[in-house]
Amino acid sequence: MTERLDGPQASGGGETSAAGASPGRTDPPEKTPTESTATESTATEPTPAGTTPSEKPRTGRVRARLGPSPTLAVLFLLPALLLLGVWMVYPVIYSIFRSLYDASGERFVGLGNYASIFTDSATLTTIRNNIIWVVVAPLVVTVLGLIFAVLTERIRWATAFKLVLFMPMAVSLLAAGVIFRLVYEQDPDKGVANAVLTTVHDTFSSSQGYPGARPRDNDQAPAVAQEDGTVTLRRPAELGQTVLIPLVGLPPDSVKDATPAKPAAATPGDGIGGTVWLDVVRGGGGTVNQVDAQEKGLEGVTVEAVSGGQVKATTETAADGTFRFTGLPAGSYTVRLPQSNFAAPFNGLTWLGPTLITPAIIGAYIWVWAGFAMVLIAAGLSAVPRDALEAARIDGATEWQVFRRITVPLLSPVLLVVFVTMIINVLKVFDLVFIIAPGSVQPNANVIALEMWRVSFGGGNNQGLGSALAIFLLVLVVPFMIFNIRRFRRDDR
Amino acid sequence: MMRKLPIPIALLALAAVACGGGTGDEPAGQASASSGGDAAAAKPLEGVTIEVAAKWTGDEQTNFEQVLKAFQDKTGATVTYASTGEDTGAYLGPRIQGGNPPDVAILPQPGLVQQYADENALKPLSAEVQAQIDQNYTPYWKELGSANGQVYGVLVKAAHKSLIWYRQSAFDDAGAQPATTWDDLIGKTAQTLSDSGIAPFALCGASGWTLTDLFENVYLSSAGPENYDKLSKHEIPWTDPTVTTALEKMAQIFGKKEFMLGGSSGALQTDFPTCVTQVYAQKKAAMVIEADFVAASLGQSGAEVGQEAQIMPFPKAGDTAPVVLGGDVAVVMKDSKGAQALVEFLASKEGGEVWAKQPGYLSPNRNVSPDNYPSDLTRQLAQTIISAGEAVRYDMSDLAPSAFGGTDGKGEWKQLQDFLRNPSDVKGAQEKLEADAAKAFKK
Repeated sequence: MTERLDGPQASGGGETSAAGASPGRTDPPEKTPTESTATESTATEPTPAGTTPSEKPRTGRVRARLGPSPTLAVLFLLPALLLLGVWMVYPVIYSIFRSLYDASGERFVGLGNYASIFTDSATLTTIRNNIIWVVVAPLVVTVLGLIFAVLTERIRWATAFKLVLFMPMAVSLLAAGVIFRLVYEQDPDKGVANAVLTTVHDTFSSSQGYPGARPRDNDQAPAVAQEDGTVTLRRPAELGQTVLIPLVGLPPDSVKDATPAKPAAATPGDGIGGTVWLDVVRGGGGTVNQVDAQEKGLEGVTVEAVSGGQVKATTETAADGTFRFTGLPAGSYTVRLPQSNFAAPFNGLTWLGPTLITPAIIGAYIWVWAGFAMVLIAAGLSAVPRDALEAARIDGATEWQVFRRITVPLLSPVLLVVFVTMIINVLKVFDLVFIIAPGSVQPNANVIALEMWRVSFGGGNNQGLGSALAIFLLVLVVPFMIFNIRRFRRDDR
Repeated sequence: MMRKLPIPIALLALAAVACGGGTGDEPAGQASASSGGDAAAAKPLEGVTIEVAAKWTGDEQTNFEQVLKAFQDKTGATVTYASTGEDTGAYLGPRIQGGNPPDVAILPQPGLVQQYADENALKPLSAEVQAQIDQNYTPYWKELGSANGQVYGVLVKAAHKSLIWYRQSAFDDAGAQPATTWDDLIGKTAQTLSDSGIAPFALCGASGWTLTDLFENVYLSSAGPENYDKLSKHEIPWTDPTVTTALEKMAQIFGKKEFMLGGSSGALQTDFPTCVTQVYAQKKAAMVIEADFVAASLGQSGAEVGQEAQIMPFPKAGDTAPVVLGGDVAVVMKDSKGAQALVEFLASKEGGEVWAKQPGYLSPNRNVSPDNYPSDLTRQLAQTIISAGEAVRYDMSDLAPSAFGGTDGKGEWKQLQDFLRNPSDVKGAQEKLEADAAKAFKK
């Protein structure tokens, strides 16, 4: 019976082993030897051999039966298999099947849906965008994560810092999308991105003048706006003449406090005079193209007298909008207001326009995921053997060399996992694009996952093409999945 | 150890990416059970239970339940109301497949009538209901509710889409007047506003459907109802000269950047109802071209309908004063006496007038007197429907296959947005519209 000391250990139960050890003694405690054998046999060996304890179980046969029996294994695996089958395998197979049929699901179209993926310009845009995403986003996320991890490693408040960077992960992608939709808003009063840009820009050069002011858009107006924004009088002015340059397009309230406009006084024979004013009266009324009492002069407008394509004289308007050129050589002059008077203020970038939309959304994605990458890489970094770094430093390596030649190579498995995970993630990107891109630029920002949903459920009602897109996406993701799984298995060994 | 640590985290994170949202199938708002059981003899439907499903919730649901109550009091039937949520198709689809549809459903698009008729999920309306339709609606509406030669549905609630909302103070400041013709709208009203330094229009270009609404009004007005019907069914191509005319008229706005708040680029980034906010809360623009439901978006701006927030009927861009309606169609899904009776009641003058007394309702029924409406605005709107008579039309994009007329970034929505971006290329826009329409209508 003494050999049986080993038996209960296989079952691993502390109490059972205590009970199993006792039968050698004279007075058995609570349990009789038979009882202990019975519990033991049900736990480990369902074979009849277990009921008659002997030396035999000590041979290799015990090891072979260490795991559960095949039937038990199947029983244990069944729930997982069932769920996988219902939720993964069947849908995938059905999607493949469905992708071979048309929108109604009745007509077999073969690979027609797949052909239309590669012929339709809209889906080609989505593929192009996905390529941009896959090339840019995982790389930037991994690099930023690495930088953050290395930089925060040795600071005192590292955890707090990491927590802040990791915070975006706690926000759902949908909410992140809503946030960035606001960040990228064109109006600098609302969009942070443009608020920063315009503030920086205005620090260096601020716009002055009257953006938005323009001559009336009809044939009776004495002045006309050129393509480049310069305002030119229709008729050339002769010496000694006074001209009127009425402008509109500004709210009268914006020049409420300005001096009322006055017609220019008569000028001597070698000059040209005139008035630049806002020809609009609050609430309507006033005589068009005439200076009325309530109308205000526009101060500080640059006026040029041009003859033969050359600027002969330049002046600025006074508070009441009048200006005067003097001492001009004989001849007739074109009077014009250069475009600089009307330059629109810098209004930031059109983030949500067709050109910048994809980079803008990638920016939001990076904001969300950089912290995640940092945490993973920092975990890896803490496990890098210090002695390797110390040795390198003692050998006279610079910090950059240590980072480049020691840290990064040692971290490369983690970096690779982060990178590949990001690729898989990026291929599936959906919510950010859906939320951030306004409807009008969504065709420009579109990605495969979003197109898949749009085509099948979001109005397109073509689940054949939608399934084809889903399978296409699956085919793109699978190689990276396999790569990751193989890595995990190698690590486990 | 170092290598393994991240993996569980990574897997967890991956799993966390996927998230789902269930569309709340709220417990059916119970209409108050029929109480007056004493006058049983006079009530033909005593003991009959009817279930009606519609998308309305909140106030709209309460108002509709008032109508149901009137029906119950009249007939003695018990009517329960089930809210379908925003996506009526997603709610009804499984119930039809499960063989348990509601007795009556109110569909947000006439296109669904055809779809469900093809699935044999609808019952033809009885002769009594058809008599009500003939009496109260023009033939156009009867046809709209028909599929495969049978009458299945009747429009019971309308949204008026031929309106321009404007801000009174902006008009006062500029001295501008509401316009009755398109040429006046562009040449006088908008020009005056623009000269006085305010953007005349806040366009909601990011919401493609607002552009299709604008197109439909201009087209109905300039090309007339017959052409409108043909284009709706794609019997004439989008390259037709009548479409050219309509797009050129739209380009009179789209082509002038000072006419739109933020120019075309700004307009394309503005969705509905942000454009309403721009007019009434931020006071950056003077007009917004959209339907009666703008009133619901005035919200915190403090603008009162009829005071600061005014409407003008969409100006005539041709011979027809356009009245484009959206709205909900009632259909019978189970052949029961009660179901037909309820639809008959909803289509009748009597039912319409009960409903009309509730706020936020507009009836497409021409015999519902405008005097029943609680507000001046709806009275005014109802008047335009009645006076437009035979020329009233349903929203064209809602009649088209949704791949063309109802999908963000596709079909008509996308092509009109591209046209807003580049209004000089009318011909190119028409060709792209035609190509998309041909693809969508073929299916």
